Amino acid sequence: MRIPWRPAAYLLSGGLTGAAAFTVMLLLAASGTALAPVLVGLPLLAALALSGVPYAAVERRRLRLLDPEPVADPHRDPDRTGITAWARTRFAERATWQELGYAVLAATVLWPLELLAVGGAFAVPADLLATPLLLAADGEQANPLKLHAVTGYPAALACAVAGLLLLPALLYALGPVAGARAALARWLLTAGGTAELAARVTELTTSRARLAAAFDAERRRIERDLHDGAQQRLVALSLTLGLARLDAPDGSPIADRLAKAQAEAGQVLESLRELINGIHPQVLTDRGLPDALADAADRSPIPVRTRLDLPGRLPESAESAAYFVVCEALANAAKHSGASGVTVTGGHDGSRLTVEIRDDGRGGADAARGTGLTGLADRVAVVDGTLTLASPAGGPTLLRVEIPCTLRSLPLRSE
Amino acid sequence: MHPPLPPPPLRIVLAEDSVLLREGLVGLLARFGHETVAAVGDADALEAAVAEHGPDIVVTDVRMPPGHSDEGLRAALRMRENRPGLPVLVLSQYVQRSYAAELLDSGDGTAVGYLLKDRVGHVEDFLDAVIRVAAGGTVIDPEVVRHLLARRRDPLQRLTAREREVLALMAEGHSNAELSRRLSVTDAAVGKHIGNILMKLDLPPAQETHRRVLAVLTYLRR
Repeated sequence: MRIPWRPAAYLLSGGLTGAAAFTVMLLLAASGTALAPVLVGLPLLAALALSGVPYAAVERRRLRLLDPEPVADPHRDPDRTGITAWARTRFAERATWQELGYAVLAATVLWPLELLAVGGAFAVPADLLATPLLLAADGEQANPLKLHAVTGYPAALACAVAGLLLLPALLYALGPVAGARAALARWLLTAGGTAELAARVTELTTSRARLAAAFDAERRRIERDLHDGAQQRLVALSLTLGLARLDAPDGSPIADRLAKAQAEAGQVLESLRELINGIHPQVLTDRGLPDALADAADRSPIPVRTRLDLPGRLPESAESAAYFVVCEALANAAKHSGASGVTVTGGHDGSRLTVEIRDDGRGGADAARGTGLTGLADRVAVVDGTLTLASPAGGPTLLRVEIPCTLRSLPLRSE
Repeated sequence: MHPPLPPPPLRIVLAEDSVLLREGLVGLLARFGHETVAAVGDADALEAAVAEHGPDIVVTDVRMPPGHSDEGLRAALRMRENRPGLPVLVLSQYVQRSYAAELLDSGDGTAVGYLLKDRVGHVEDFLDAVIRVAAGGTVIDPEVVRHLLARRRDPLQRLTAREREVLALMAEGHSNAELSRRLSVTDAAVGKHIGNILMKLDLPPAQETHRRVLAVLTYLRR
């Protein structure tokens, strides 16, 4: 016969921790109230208010005795280190007060019941079993369970047999009792948690979108600054050098130097152009995705065919996510796939943008290897999109991006 | 061959939002005897200046206030719609096929130019482009042409290396005389190359430079 240790352990530990919680909370309440006038009491009362937090943490751990399904910690990480930041965060959380309520209930009502259940399950059969021994020790009578006097050995043996039969029955009865107690704990500790969780997910999602938008805006600002500043100055420099070359006699050392300087300025301009284009391509802002992708295709070392059929302009975040994914995919195809050609197709069905990048290379692209694809997936995830990759060994490789978005009310300027 | 006569001075409206560059361009044009009748910094002022002065040519940047997107190009296209044949040379910071395409599609593709801004440093090339556009020619930046050539690989494969060279220069809008000067071959040889190219690419034969340029560009853009 297997003894149901876990329910017994659960109820016993529950009784003990409940008793401990009762003691601690009583001490905090008493000393805090007494010392409140001299201010020392205030932190004690604050600690009392927060006492549900550690208690609930222990409770969540204890639940694992019966059920391996973990209960999520409902608390947020404080945004700053230090005890005051922690306390401030905890005070602002609904879960803290919920846990305090649960702790008060456990420390006042539940723990005596738990100890009673465990104690009863062991003590009652033990008392009955001991009846013959007690009778022998006493010689006169024994009082099993203090209910009535037993004076004869047949009756005492009957009691012992009853005890023997009752022991497993009561022990197994602990199972449902413990189960009910655990269900109560789980319910009280997680009630309303899903709503809070949903709210936090929403909050996180919007803050992530805000970050991404801020990041895009920052890229555009940098692009603008470089364009209006460095780029124009370099063109002006090149122009000045060009004029100076007109004044230098042909074939003179100075003419050669000026020519060199101008070539150098031209190189810098070219690098700067590529840099700026990598930060934020102007064509994407001006003309939208199809033109920007055609432009990216132009710059690719392997032949790229693009065919995008979009009814209008999309939100900037969707456009730039799709654009950078295609650019990265084209770079990957050129570097690793050995493909002889890439096809980029795409469209919008009214609620989502879909872009597919297909190459006829050797395949075997793996999202787990290299950070490129992970970076792409992150970029797409920020705009709530998905990225799927099919790349069997031997090819072809197909990368598919889907981004939910509605049209901006801007017509596409077609060529 | 006697040296070509200096071209008559042109009356120019210039639009460029960077003051530094605007001053530089005005100085450059003045040095070669051309008069900048108005130098402005945004698209609205550009349209007003063109309405007021009726210049021989408009030289404009693509990107200008207020929106810093492609206002300069938009203004140029609008003006060409209202005044067919108004010569416009657009300077762009980036090689943008679609910009070039829109310009070529405006009017009949004559008297337009699309140059990378860096070209202004190559003073003679830049001035040459201004003069050719003012005279009704079509000028496309070599960088754009290189892009177009790189995109198409099919029938271009049938061209010899020399023919590809000729095709690139032709697409930039150069005349036969200019081609023969740059490649150091005779006019007759240039004519033969061009005939071969047009035949190989299945293009209609054309004597006029700009018709030929448009045919080539249309082919490359397909």
